[in-house]
This record gives sequence, C-alpha cells and structure tokens, in this order.
Amino acid sequence: MTDLSFTYYPGCSQSGSASEYGDSTEVVCAALGIELAELPDWNCCGASSAHMTNDLLSVALPGRDLAAARRIGRDVLVVCAACYSRMRIAQSRMLEDEKLARRVERAVGENPRFEGRVRHLLDVLVNDIGLPSIRERVALSLEGLKAVPYYGCLLVRPPEVCFCDSVENPTDLDRFLEALGVQVRPWSFKTDCCGGSLSLSRPDVTEKLVNKIFTRAEEAGAECIVAACPMCVANLEMRQKPSTFAFELPHRLPVLYFTELLALAMGLPGVDEWLKSHIIDPLPLMRRANLIRA
Amino acid sequence: MISNVSRQLETALEERTGQKVRHCYQCKKCSAGCPVAFAMDVLPHEVMKLVQYGQSERLLGCSTVWLCASCETCSTRCPNDIDIAGVMDGLRVMSLEAGSASERRIGVFHRSFLNGIKLLGRTNETVLIGQYKALSGRPFDDLGLGLVMFLKGKIKLVPRFVRNRRAVRKIFEETSRGRSA
Ligand code: SF4
Ligand code: SF4
Repeated sequence: MTDLSFTYYPGCSQSGSASEYGDSTEVVCAALGIELAELPDWNCCGASSAHMTNDLLSVALPGRDLAAARRIGRDVLVVCAACYSRMRIAQSRMLEDEKLARRVERAVGENPRFEGRVRHLLDVLVNDIGLPSIRERVALSLEGLKAVPYYGCLLVRPPEVCFCDSVENPTDLDRFLEALGVQVRPWSFKTDCCGGSLSLSRPDVTEKLVNKIFTRAEEAGAECIVAACPMCVANLEMRQKPSTFAFELPHRLPVLYFTELLALAMGLPGVDEWLKSHIIDPLPLMRRANLIRA
Repeated sequence: MISNVSRQLETALEERTGQKVRHCYQCKKCSAGCPVAFAMDVLPHEVMKLVQYGQSERLLGCSTVWLCASCETCSTRCPNDIDIAGVMDGLRVMSLEAGSASERRIGVFHRSFLNGIKLLGRTNETVLIGQYKALSGRPFDDLGLGLVMFLKGKIKLVPRFVRNRRAVRKIFEETSRGRSA
C-alpha cells in the first residue's frame, strides 16, 4: 500500500477566489484516505511574476516552503498547477545546481534541498489510488455530462518536471473523468494557453485566447470544461469580455474543478455550495443532467 | 560569413539563462505554435535571429518579451532544445535593467504582485488588484466584474498572511539583484 500522507501546500488561490477548489480538495482527500497536514507558515510561490522578472526570487520563494517541507520529511501535495510548477522547478534546479542552492539557503536561512516528491493531486489520484479504485467509489455516475478536459500549460510543461503521460496529448485528466462516467469529448486545445499571466495587464490579448478555448470546446460538443488549476478557471470564467461596468459572458459553458466532479460522483457533501460560487453558473447544466436536485 | 556581428548579447544571455541561441536554425516552429504571436511586434524566431545578430536595442525595447505568456509551447517543440521561454525571461530582465522595458502595464502588474507577497507573504486578490489599480492608474477597469466576484463570495477582504514576515522580507532583500548565476 502506498503511503498516502502528505504535507499539504494549499496555495493562495485556494483560500481566496478559488476556495471551492481548496474545500473540495480537502473533502475528497479525507474521503479517499489521503492524509493532509498543512505546511506550517507557508508563503506564496511567487507564481509567474517572480519567475518573469527575478529568477533568483522565483527559486527562493518556493525555497522557503521546500525547506519547511524538508524538516517534516513527507512528500508534498499541491493542487494549483502554477504552485506545482514553481515548486517542482525550484526543487530540481536546487538539487542540480549547488551554487544556486547555496544562494537560496542564504536567503531563507535554512537548507532548502528537499529530496522528497512534490505531487499534484491529479497525479496521486490517477497513479497512486488508481482509476479502478476511483471507479469503485463512484456512487453517482456522471454519464449525463459531456466535458472537455483542460490541462493548460503548467500541468504539462515543461515535461521534465510534470507528471502527465504526454506533453502534446496528455490523457490523465481524460481517463480520470471517464472513470467518473463523464463523456469525454476529444479536442485539440487541451494544452493551449489561456493567457492567465496577462489577465489584468493585457486583457485584450487574454480575451482572444479565452474565447478560442470556449469556442473550440463548444465545437467539440462539450457542455463544460474541467480543469485542475485555479488560475485557468479564474481566467476562463472572468476574461471572456473585459469591460468597465457591464460584465458579460458570451459563452455560458461552465468551468469546473476535477475535485468538484469527484466529490459529486462520490456523493460527498458540500458540492452545491461550491457550484454556486462559480461565476459561470453550472446549476442549470447539473439539473439538466440529473446530477443535482436543488 | 558575417564577422562583424557582436556576440556580446548572445554571450550575456547564455550566462544568464544557459541557452545557446546560436543553435537556432530558423525553422520557425516556435512562432508557428505561439498562442500570443498575433499580438507580438517581433516573432519568437525573429527574437532568436536578432539575438544572433546582437541587436540589443531592438530586443530590449520590444513588446514581445513582455507579452510572452511563458506557456513553454515553443520550448518543448524546439528541435534544437532551446528553451525559448527562458530566453524571453532573460531578455525581459535585461530590459528592466537597461531601463528600456516596453508594455508598462505588464511590468506594473508583476511589481504589484510581488509587492503584495513582500507585504503579506501570500497573495490576496483584493490587495493585488488594489495595488495594480493604484500603480497602473486604471482605477475603473473591471468594476462590473468586481461586483460579480463580490456577490459570488470570491473577494476575501481579510487577507491571510505569513506569520514570519521578516523571513519573507529577507528573501526579497537577498534576491534583490535577481540573478541566480
Ligand atoms: S523552434 Fe528553435 S530552432 Fe526553430 S526557429 Fe524557434 S528557436 Fe529556432
Ligand atoms: S513561451 Fe512565450 S514565446 Fe513561447 S510559445 Fe509561449 S507565449 Fe510564445
């Protein structure tokens, strides 16, 4: 039996705008026997802004978290694709480059060379728990739901630090959704960038990328998009049409977290509340597919 | 062969990023797959060419290095194993150091984001958007969206923060020169 106890790095979004992702993560992990102990006094990974403007900072910020994880010794579990990427990159760069590790050690005042594994929850579900076991836990098959899996960038690239089975055509999330009964629609945009890092500063650019993803998902016959990253979800939900006063949604396709669908399929509590907190209302779809009563 | 081309830029970039831009043979795959190419003033393969030609001025003032979303599509596809996204990172920092950065709002966004972390140790969207609005001078953007977010409970007014903020500040001080090599 694989060890399913982790040091949990929640990441900032999960206690902010993506609390439904954080909450659903905790609920499904508890139900599946995945033990999470929050990393004490963790700090932000620095996300795109650190690595885009200050290389050393982009390693040192996750470096402090990795140093704390090292003290504890257990593998680290992450749910945000951006945090996952920053942690994995910082970790492998420090383990390969002793000069860099020493500079980070000076900045964080502690040994940052964490030699355990940093895992994304989807990886643990697909590869440790395994899809046959997930299938066994499904109480309500989601067969009424047609979805496209959306991986975005940071779950698959750079492939050296990511877990997915292919960089151009990953199928981990596809297979996971199929295990829940979802009708997964094939499409060619599952790893296309949504432009999240330009969301506030060049919304005109982001808007084009976001709308392309919705249009392609609709053409693929999907009724919703399923993702594993709070940045992607926020960006897709909020950036279809940036403007000052009128907030508009040309595309009504709900964007959901894979953890929410897992909780729904397992019959776990809390799902209704999470669904209600989405900007693009998924309730009509869920009612139509006979998945919720409310 | 051209012999009077300055190798200075290429060498400086290699020192910073470890990338050997001279290996680029202009297959243009990077530009063909770049999701942001439509908005760029210099295409990714042209960036490579200009690096080979030592055209610092063009590169350190172009909008491309700021518009690059770091999606890494180009880097995973380059037949010569050049991490093009890493080259963009290097050029972006060089443009900051040279004081010639274009796309002011993108720079302001990154600064706002990092200021928030320096202050709290964590990122809070309300603090981030507040900082960005103040620094970018665009207080009225996205008011409609802000209201929708508020009604959906997505705006957390009480930020969470790191207890040991001194440790976070020290990280910022120790890395203020920004170079890892
Ligand atoms: S993909 Fe690589 S070799 Fe081809 S043009 Fe771009 S950088 Fe040059
Ligand atoms: S990393 Fe930058 S240059 Fe490369 S494909 Fe993505 S946006 Fe384009």
